[in-house]
Amino acid sequence: MYRYTDFDHAFLAERNAQFRAQVARRLDGSLTEEEFRPLRLMNGLYLQLHAYMLRVAIPYGTLSSAQMRQLALIAERWDKGYGHFTTRQNIQYNWPKLEDVPDILDALAEVGLHAIQTSGNTVRNVTADHFAGAAADEIADPRPYAELLRQWSTDHPEFQFLPRKFKIAVTGSPNDRAVTRAHDIGLRMIRDAAGAPSFEVIVGGGLGRTPMIGKVVRDFLPAADLLPYVEAILAVYNTLGRRDNKYKARIKITVHEEGIDRIRELVEAEFATFRTRYDGSDQTLLAEIEQSFAPPAFIAKPVGDVDAARRDPVFSAWADTNTVAHRRDDHAIVTVSLKAHGATPGDATAAQMRLLADLAEDYAYGELRISHEQNVILPHVARADLPTLHARLLKAGLGTANVGLASDIIACPGMDYCALATARSIPVAQELALRLDALKLEHEVGELKIKISGCINACGHHHVGHIGILGLDRAGVENYQITLGGDATETAAIGERAGPGFAYDEIVPAIERLIRAYLDLREAPEETFLMAYRRLGAGPFKVALYGDEGKRDAA
Amino acid sequence: MSRAFTPKVLTGNDLRSGEAVYLAPGGAWTPHHGEAELLTDEAEAQLRLLEASAREDRVVGVYLADAQLGRHGPEPVHFREAFRTRGPSNYRHGKQESALS
Ligand code: SF4
Repeated sequence: MYRYTDFDHAFLAERNAQFRAQVARRLDGSLTEEEFRPLRLMNGLYLQLHAYMLRVAIPYGTLSSAQMRQLALIAERWDKGYGHFTTRQNIQYNWPKLEDVPDILDALAEVGLHAIQTSGNTVRNVTADHFAGAAADEIADPRPYAELLRQWSTDHPEFQFLPRKFKIAVTGSPNDRAVTRAHDIGLRMIRDAAGAPSFEVIVGGGLGRTPMIGKVVRDFLPAADLLPYVEAILAVYNTLGRRDNKYKARIKITVHEEGIDRIRELVEAEFATFRTRYDGSDQTLLAEIEQSFAPPAFIAKPVGDVDAARRDPVFSAWADTNTVAHRRDDHAIVTVSLKAHGATPGDATAAQMRLLADLAEDYAYGELRISHEQNVILPHVARADLPTLHARLLKAGLGTANVGLASDIIACPGMDYCALATARSIPVAQELALRLDALKLEHEVGELKIKISGCINACGHHHVGHIGILGLDRAGVENYQITLGGDATETAAIGERAGPGFAYDEIVPAIERLIRAYLDLREAPEETFLMAYRRLGAGPFKVALYGDEGKRDAA
Repeated sequence: MSRAFTPKVLTGNDLRSGEAVYLAPGGAWTPHHGEAELLTDEAEAQLRLLEASAREDRVVGVYLADAQLGRHGPEPVHFREAFRTRGPSNYRHGKQESALS
């Protein structure tokens, strides 16, 4: 894990001291709200519907047990005993008091965490594959690159006032678990013809009002050229980005308007200059950073009697859905679901956070990850320990066996918290998950990604859900629009609108009809919802949603 | 004749806690929607908004929200404002936490 240097600590301490003084001046009236607002946003503090919200970055989704314990302590001491993990690998506290925020930031700094650049038109938290450093299919750990980008972009004077916010995602595996194609810059590691690790550089992806799948600006970028190349992209965007219109200011619009070929030309030209300015110090730094991401000293453990453990059907179901292949045969990657049926997706209580920190220490070399799918990952667990780990998770209500299934729903905070929302998302996710649990169908259904956003900003990634749900305000009433066929992986696709929206009390039954239709339509259990949708098109699914009207629509 | 004006309440969030608050008759802020001043005159509503936006010392992010007269004073019209009078629907937090019911 990356450990803060003296420089990092000093930087953060100074920044926090500044904000402490700014809060004091706001409270005594010497700063107006207009003056204070940008200052608080620079430190991740938003004003929401019922309270302030503090957004804390979890760089590339990696946490140590000590950091997780500190997040629990903050939740208990200054909030209402829980935190919400988001699709951008952040944690949000929904109830901090303004005067407590400086103390919270100091508490975060103690464990090397901060809320800088979790808001504003800057380079936001760099996200990464949540299986980084552990996945069997990984070429290289993407986190050193993400950390390099974090250090380089934090407080970078040229990129504090970009035309709009800027999101970067990195994956070290060709199998994209970091939604790189829906980011301003996506970096997907692949091997070039000679077998050398390089990045496929994707630019101009993004969801929101104008969803776009990113385009490849460079097929193979040698990993060593990452920083000058990203800097070149940002420089081009800083010049061409539409500052005149907030809705056209993201780089996806620039790429769309200029065309990827023109963007490539400009970026390559900038890159040629930038590259000569780099004297190799970035590579020295990267090498240092890489050392701190060295894999843990894995302890070889005989796998033991798998068949005996598998005789417990509860364990067996959980092992099927919640574990995946590790780079070592005697280990597994465990995803702990924060989606117990009926719970708020992505929420963890302080007690759960502490337990997860303990379990990470006992079974996973003290490491945890937060996924953009709002779950917690124990990246390195000896297979021999899985049954014991599972038993302890079950006892704490964290043993839900639904990762990747229909009730593993992404949901943004929606109108239960978010000031920008047009409808609620959390209760829709809760009710849908409860219904799915009652039907006992989801294991039969298999992989199905349902994603819910409470407004067009699409923090809940609904556009790339196999089934996407978007909450809207239609003439003063909550209304839910369904999109179908979205895909968040390396075969990314934007879902298509199914038709007219559904009222709050109609949306869960509508999704149930879709799922039942899929079960009727699939050729075999191996054909997932997405595969069936791609084979059949929207037609039969529209009929399931709208009856004969749907048929007319589809014709 | 001017078009019908939908009555309003002036609302914002408390600077310290962020809680939703409403302007009551007489100029004090209250956490209870029912105690808000129902502004039925457009010019007056705009004036209140201007004054409050110019101050923002205790209450921030002020705006006018549609309201109507109910049995216990002004009631919200839109569901967003109704949520603000209660709190989130997933936990009994916010105003509903302390509400007598
Ligand atoms: S999608 Fe909209 S409602 Fe949901 S968190 Fe983002 S801005 Fe808020």
